[in-house]
Amino acid sequence: MTSDLAVHVDRVTRRFGDVVALDDVSLAVRPGELVGLLGPNGAGKSTLLSLVSGLRRPDAGTVRLLGGDPRDARSRTRLGITPQETGLPATLRVHEVVDFVAGHFPDPVRTGDLLEQFGLTEQARRQTGALSGGQKRRLAVALALVGRPRVLLLDEPTTGLDVGARQALWDAIRAYHADGGTVLLTSHYLEEVQALAQRVVVIDRGVVRADDALDTVLRRVSLRRVVLTAPDDLSAWTGVVRAERPVSHLDQARQTLLTPDADALVRDLVLAGIDFRDLEIRGASLDEAFSEMVAAR
Amino acid sequence: MSTTTVSPLRLTWLHLRYQFLETVRIPIAVLGSMLFPALSMAFFVVPQEQVARNPVWATMAVAGLGLFAVMSASLFTYGLGVAEDRQLPFDPYLRSLPAGPGPRMAARIGNGSIFALLGLMPLIIIAWLLTDATVTAPRLAAGVATILVASVPFVLLGMAVGYSLPAKAALPVVQVLLFPLAFAGGLFLPPTMFPAWLDAASLATPTRAARDVLVDVLTGVGAPGSAWPVLLGWTALFAALAVWAYRRDEGRRFR
Repeated sequence: MTSDLAVHVDRVTRRFGDVVALDDVSLAVRPGELVGLLGPNGAGKSTLLSLVSGLRRPDAGTVRLLGGDPRDARSRTRLGITPQETGLPATLRVHEVVDFVAGHFPDPVRTGDLLEQFGLTEQARRQTGALSGGQKRRLAVALALVGRPRVLLLDEPTTGLDVGARQALWDAIRAYHADGGTVLLTSHYLEEVQALAQRVVVIDRGVVRADDALDTVLRRVSLRRVVLTAPDDLSAWTGVVRAERPVSHLDQARQTLLTPDADALVRDLVLAGIDFRDLEIRGASLDEAFSEMVAAR
Repeated sequence: MSTTTVSPLRLTWLHLRYQFLETVRIPIAVLGSMLFPALSMAFFVVPQEQVARNPVWATMAVAGLGLFAVMSASLFTYGLGVAEDRQLPFDPYLRSLPAGPGPRMAARIGNGSIFALLGLMPLIIIAWLLTDATVTAPRLAAGVATILVASVPFVLLGMAVGYSLPAKAALPVVQVLLFPLAFAGGLFLPPTMFPAWLDAASLATPTRAARDVLVDVLTGVGAPGSAWPVLLGWTALFAALAVWAYRRDEGRRFR
């Protein structure tokens, strides 16, 4: 059974000096799944990906990629990962980088086809140092797909991209998944995970906090953010799990209140006759939601 | 399901081509390694009449400087260059591609040889025009081949340093290795001027062994019987160190 899994991480611990980056973590990804890996910065997401891609060895436990040891080059012929966009060799041309990476795989996608799929045909002869941020990001994802992988690891695939560019990359990832590919992706954006993943794994401080269907996890992290201007300090109000005030902002009365139930909080404030104005309510970012979820334990 | 990798030979050729491309796109790096040995020859050997006008001594001086140039290029390129590369974000990506350490290391050695050859050309031209150094065409060809073989242990030593240390530590370590090894190996002063104890110690160094082999190939004066075994022994040791350092390395260290 285990050999049928695309990615199998079994009771893995990894330390860096005194810091425990992963503490007895297990994760099983079946072929064809699209799993989102969520967690605040420093949670252990990247360490987990580096173990699956064979860059690091676990201190304890085992990691299997398509049934093989990811430290063995043969296991990685069906793995696709993205380089960090800042790391592309600046003096090489776009088509050269693609040819170079393609040369590592037995049956690569033709460079011309791949560049066309990612809208980079016109940039083929430019040095990668001259590409825009969005183009570099597209090239990075294209490189992950050049070897026709069965497992795709994506680390923050669209961080820093505008809406149009992000949408185009999401389409590419969806198309890959629709063809039967397995995807493990990390992201800071709730929106990105909502748009792509079916299953979500939440990691914090090296421990898996949740591993469930997307909707179930979303309910657990659904904090709301209530922003208003009021003369009174409302941080201790019932239902407020945390409050922020601008540190050096001109308007010191502007405050942000994080709460699981924004409707109830606003109703209470109105009934209590609190003097406030400029009310805004929106969803909390993942980082905020996670730090609450973790602090609540 | 296919689990075959691309053949190591093709991968080596692939890495060789792209490492070469990356290097020549920054021409000043190539120019530096081409000019350094030639300038040393012009400033330190050509003005010394009794060396420059003695065919055997002049040829030995060319051999020593050529070897020093190749050795310092190897140690710096691989010691410092590998350490710097490891700090780039593209490096962990390359390590995740389906290729073991072999092709990348072999390609680095190949590239080292190519640029060493480019560096030797101006040195040989200056020696030919401005000194009495003499050599026959077959001996010159054999000498060039020998110097490339002799550079392998230094490339491997450089890689062992580069994969073990961060760039800031690799630089002083390379410098500490380079000059004592070059001096003790007789690359600056001929070993005939050494006191007996230094001469004895010198025979055990990889630099001395490489020099003796090279001088013998160029001039036919003969090399001590220990030269080849010493050179091969160091090569095997440095190869083991380089592979060990690569396997142990997991990119940047975090604390």
